[in-house]
Amino acid sequence: MVLISKQNIRDYGKGLALIVILLISWEGFALMIQNNYILPRLGEIFSVLLQPAAPVLGGESLIQNTIQSLREVLTGFLCAAAVAIPLGLFIGWSKEVQKYLNPTIQILRPVPPIAWMPFSIAWFGIGFNSILFIIGMGAFFPILINTVDGVQGVRLRWIEVAETFHATTFEQLRTVILPGALPVIWNGLRVSFGVAWMCVVAAEMLPGTTAGLGYLIMYAYKLGQLQVIGAGMIIIGVIGLGADTLFRAGQERLFGWQGRE
Amino acid sequence: MEPVLSLDGIVKTFRDNEKSCPALAGISFDVAAREIVCIMGPSGCGKSTLLRIIGGLDSADAGRISQTAGNKDGKPSVAMVFQDHALFPWLTVYENIVYGLRLSVQNLPEEEIAKRAESLLDLTHLTAFALSYPHQLSGGMKQRASVARALAIKPSILLMDEPFSALDTFTRRELEDEVVRIRQDLKTTFLMVTHNPEEAIYIADRIVILSGRPAVVSDILPIDLPYPRDKADPEFIRIREQVTRMIRGKA
Ligand SMILES: Nc1ncnc2c1ncn2[C@@H]1O[C@H](COP(=O)(O)OP(=O)(O)OP(=O)(O)O)[C@@H](O)[C@H]1O
Ligand SMILES: [Mg+2]
Repeated sequence: MVLISKQNIRDYGKGLALIVILLISWEGFALMIQNNYILPRLGEIFSVLLQPAAPVLGGESLIQNTIQSLREVLTGFLCAAAVAIPLGLFIGWSKEVQKYLNPTIQILRPVPPIAWMPFSIAWFGIGFNSILFIIGMGAFFPILINTVDGVQGVRLRWIEVAETFHATTFEQLRTVILPGALPVIWNGLRVSFGVAWMCVVAAEMLPGTTAGLGYLIMYAYKLGQLQVIGAGMIIIGVIGLGADTLFRAGQERLFGWQGRE
Repeated sequence: MEPVLSLDGIVKTFRDNEKSCPALAGISFDVAAREIVCIMGPSGCGKSTLLRIIGGLDSADAGRISQTAGNKDGKPSVAMVFQDHALFPWLTVYENIVYGLRLSVQNLPEEEIAKRAESLLDLTHLTAFALSYPHQLSGGMKQRASVARALAIKPSILLMDEPFSALDTFTRRELEDEVVRIRQDLKTTFLMVTHNPEEAIYIADRIVILSGRPAVVSDILPIDLPYPRDKADPEFIRIREQVTRMIRGKA
């Protein structure tokens, strides 16, 4: 994928324009209001951002907090994928299995991950595992649903080709169903990562947490340090955007055949 | 000569809920080694169904299919080419061609696979496109790749269901010539469904004409013209008119 072309630069410019307008208005109102508990000045937010290695509010640095959150999100996301992809392949492959599992899945899916918090603490105790569970719960369903859809969308004709060559069920899975469903699974991973990243703030509200961007935001809230909250929000947003861009670039690169077969 | 494929009383009835829809009512004919046989018949009479049964994608309700001449583990082998090329879009042309080969002959050394692929790429004029993906090929090239994929397992018989009907006249003509040439070079046996009398007479040794549904074999017509055939030859045109009349009479 070409990330930098004239057209792209123009498109980025359009998106950037609104961001600049928002920043200017923010700064304007902040100057008018002159109240750090309502709107901190941009300068204060950026001065937090510009010292990423310095301890924030007497605790970990921005970089350390970010790494902590990324570690939680990545682990939760990978665990969710490790369960959801095989399960999704299984459900998508067998209509019978789907009949058994679908109602349970549809009931659990709309439950907000944070609602699991009390159970999570009861089952896994306070700490990393509980956070993982909550993030994993958020990340699980988009991958599962997309994997099922992806498998069911694989063209029957491709499977027939494998059959004419006497492919076993496992060979069909490996050589046709998995690669045929992969673009849709990939899209599930992209959505899922976004959800997992959104869950991190909620998950780090768990008592006993001592680091992470979500923790930092809640801690700064208790101390009334809104410029730190602003900095934390910007980092979360930018990393979310970066991850999404990477997934999209991967999509273009890996599945260029999609829609053109 | 011993037939490569012999069909004896193939019967097939589709059942959806209570409704039963008889498609094949006892189809019997033989295909000899190195023969090109075309199946023709009115639309919906069961030609695709018959081919799918021979290819193992459907099962017959009654009747016997016997195949001689297998590949080296003795298993009779058929390969199939569909109307839509059915190539895997995520694999290169090369990987598509060797797909069935990798499955049917386990642990074939990579040099062996490459050798087979190269000769097939050469045969189907796709050498320059070995590393392209299907969506980068023209319709005719895709269908040639699909034929190459089927040939890769050295099938005792190649089944083709209207393989060229989505192609333009010129490409189609080219591929018809290639079928005749491949039969010469590789001694392949072809069983091909087509709607086009001209195509059938141009390539076939015999044409099997099926009746309307439920289908039985209504005629088997040997084409005795020498190859390469001339579509403008008066004898060719006479046979073409005859075949057209025969099929129309069955609908
Ligand atoms: N899976 C199926 N379930 C029920 N009926 C089927 C099924 N497949 C085919 N049929 C019926 O069997 C008959 C034969 O179908 P088939 O596709 O073999 O015809 P065909 O000769 O290949 O037609 P065409 O020339 O249009 O390709 C048709 O009437 C069709 O409706
Ligand atoms: Mg058909």
